[in-house]
Amino acid sequence: MPVQHPPVSRNIGVLTAGWRYATITDKISDLVLTRPSTWRWWLLFAATFAGTVIFFGATSYLFVEGVGIWGVDIPVAWGYAIGNFVWWIGIGHAGTFISAILYLLRQKWRTSINRFAEAMTLFAAGIAGLFPILHLGRPWFFYWLIPYPNVMNVWPQWRSPLVWDFFAIGTYLIVSLLFWYVGLIPDLATLRDRAATPFKRAAYGLFALGWRGEARHWARYEHAYLLLAGLATPLVVMVHSVVSLDFAIGNTPGYHSTIFPPYFVAGALFSGFAMVLSLAIPLRRAFGLEDFITRRHLEYAAMVLLATSWVVIYSYAAEMFTSFYSGDEFEIAMTVDRWKGAYAPVYWTMMFFNVVVPQLIWFRRMRRSVAALFVVSIVVNVGMWMERFLIVVTSLHRDFMPSAWGMFIPTRWDWIFLFGSIAFFVWLFLMFLRLLPAIAVAEMRLLIRESAEEGA
Amino acid sequence: MTILYGLLAEFADADDLIAAAADATREGLAVDAYAPFPVEGLPEALGFTRNRMPLICFLGGVAGGVATYALQWYSAVIDYPINVGGRPLDSWPAFVPPTLAVVILGAAIATLVGMLAANGLPRLRHPLFEVREFDLATRNRFFLCLRLDAAGSDAERARGFLQGRPALKTWEVPL
Repeated sequence: MPVQHPPVSRNIGVLTAGWRYATITDKISDLVLTRPSTWRWWLLFAATFAGTVIFFGATSYLFVEGVGIWGVDIPVAWGYAIGNFVWWIGIGHAGTFISAILYLLRQKWRTSINRFAEAMTLFAAGIAGLFPILHLGRPWFFYWLIPYPNVMNVWPQWRSPLVWDFFAIGTYLIVSLLFWYVGLIPDLATLRDRAATPFKRAAYGLFALGWRGEARHWARYEHAYLLLAGLATPLVVMVHSVVSLDFAIGNTPGYHSTIFPPYFVAGALFSGFAMVLSLAIPLRRAFGLEDFITRRHLEYAAMVLLATSWVVIYSYAAEMFTSFYSGDEFEIAMTVDRWKGAYAPVYWTMMFFNVVVPQLIWFRRMRRSVAALFVVSIVVNVGMWMERFLIVVTSLHRDFMPSAWGMFIPTRWDWIFLFGSIAFFVWLFLMFLRLLPAIAVAEMRLLIRESAEEGA
Repeated sequence: MTILYGLLAEFADADDLIAAAADATREGLAVDAYAPFPVEGLPEALGFTRNRMPLICFLGGVAGGVATYALQWYSAVIDYPINVGGRPLDSWPAFVPPTLAVVILGAAIATLVGMLAANGLPRLRHPLFEVREFDLATRNRFFLCLRLDAAGSDAERARGFLQGRPALKTWEVPL
């Protein structure tokens, strides 16, 4: 069959047949421009907005009262806030992995999921960045981490992982934002050119920066995008490695381990891909995007989830082996305490969620069942949160001297901050779906041309 | 006579645009080509084969890295030295993580700013935006613009070039 002009897509698994440049553009941009919000959207919006208000209200209360409203105390001075921080920053990793590493590897299935995955990254990393600040005793002085000329005549402590953390996360947030924005520029121009009202035209037009799609512009743009992908790739590995050094540099039993950087990165990708599935499955259904986010996408994401689950399992095993092999009685006691101590129920639930449940993906029927994948992804998200909680809390509550042991019991406020941040995340994501194209339109047009030529 | 920005021609397919752009470039006309996605071979058809993005990116990274390491070195060795058990003041392994972060940050910012500056963006007003149908350049149509705004451009020659091309429509775009 000869290639039709203008081309029509063929079914290549990650895109169904019959789409043209015009139809795919209209379909995706009209989700933003003309589609009225359904009552379901409004309901979810109202609920998550309420959660967001509660989150910020609780933050105000925290600033007035101090971190004592949480269950943290000595010896467990790091509680939910740090656990949430590590969890959220991990979730952010999948977006960068999809948009940068899969781009460099020329994976076609990346095209229709990269935009919303990057948005997920940005929101998750932003929320993650809030938690260490909230956790400071005097959060209004967080800017002391920045090296700036000051009347106190002091500098940040460059040898502290907390300062490294500030640089790594600050860079991650800014680079993710730039990468996302560069990807959005051509699509903002599409929205500008298709918007019906002057206000929308002006709003999208301002952010589109006057993009016209000139061939030389595209050439520089593609080069810049490739370079940004190359720059974001080491960031994926670096950010969570630096986060893990917050723990590993200290000599607390259970923290002081060289496996931590790769262990944290693997866990980050694992939870990130779980979150991609948790978002993609409702998204494709609610907005009728099954032609672009196909079962093939979900299957591939599930396979990455399975692969990263094995890296996580290896890390758990290596951690246990090392603690016994070290012969260090405190390390061994900490490991046994995880199995049999006060937090053992959380530990065994986590093991079941992170180690056993993902193995369902080995079965083709499970991999192809959208409902099953959704359930697995939620379970993994919960399991990974438990992992972060256990890392933070179990080592601190039984460190060296029995006289210094203690318990961490979360208060009502700990739960409010956890669920409030989740509501804030979903609310940001809903706003994103309403205001910006959830799929990269320009890249989909290119995919149509490639799919039409592929079969010819 | 009004001064023209150029002659604009609309094509339905990317391959027609590549052919027209290549021919026009060969004939020595000043030509711009507009497409809704990056079309492989189109920049080359315009004779645009190299750009400076990698160089800009590299320089941004070097600047970020050198500045960050220098800042740490200055503060730890010169401005605020602290002797901790005789350990070296220039403890370079501890200075690597912030340096690496700012290498990436500097390179990324330089890449974005450099890309926009080289493309002459942001530019919110442009003569082509006055053509209503040019909206389709970000949807499904491919546009060729023969530029006539330079001194000594020959409008007749440009019109002659477009004769017999499979253009759907042509416009004379005022400056």
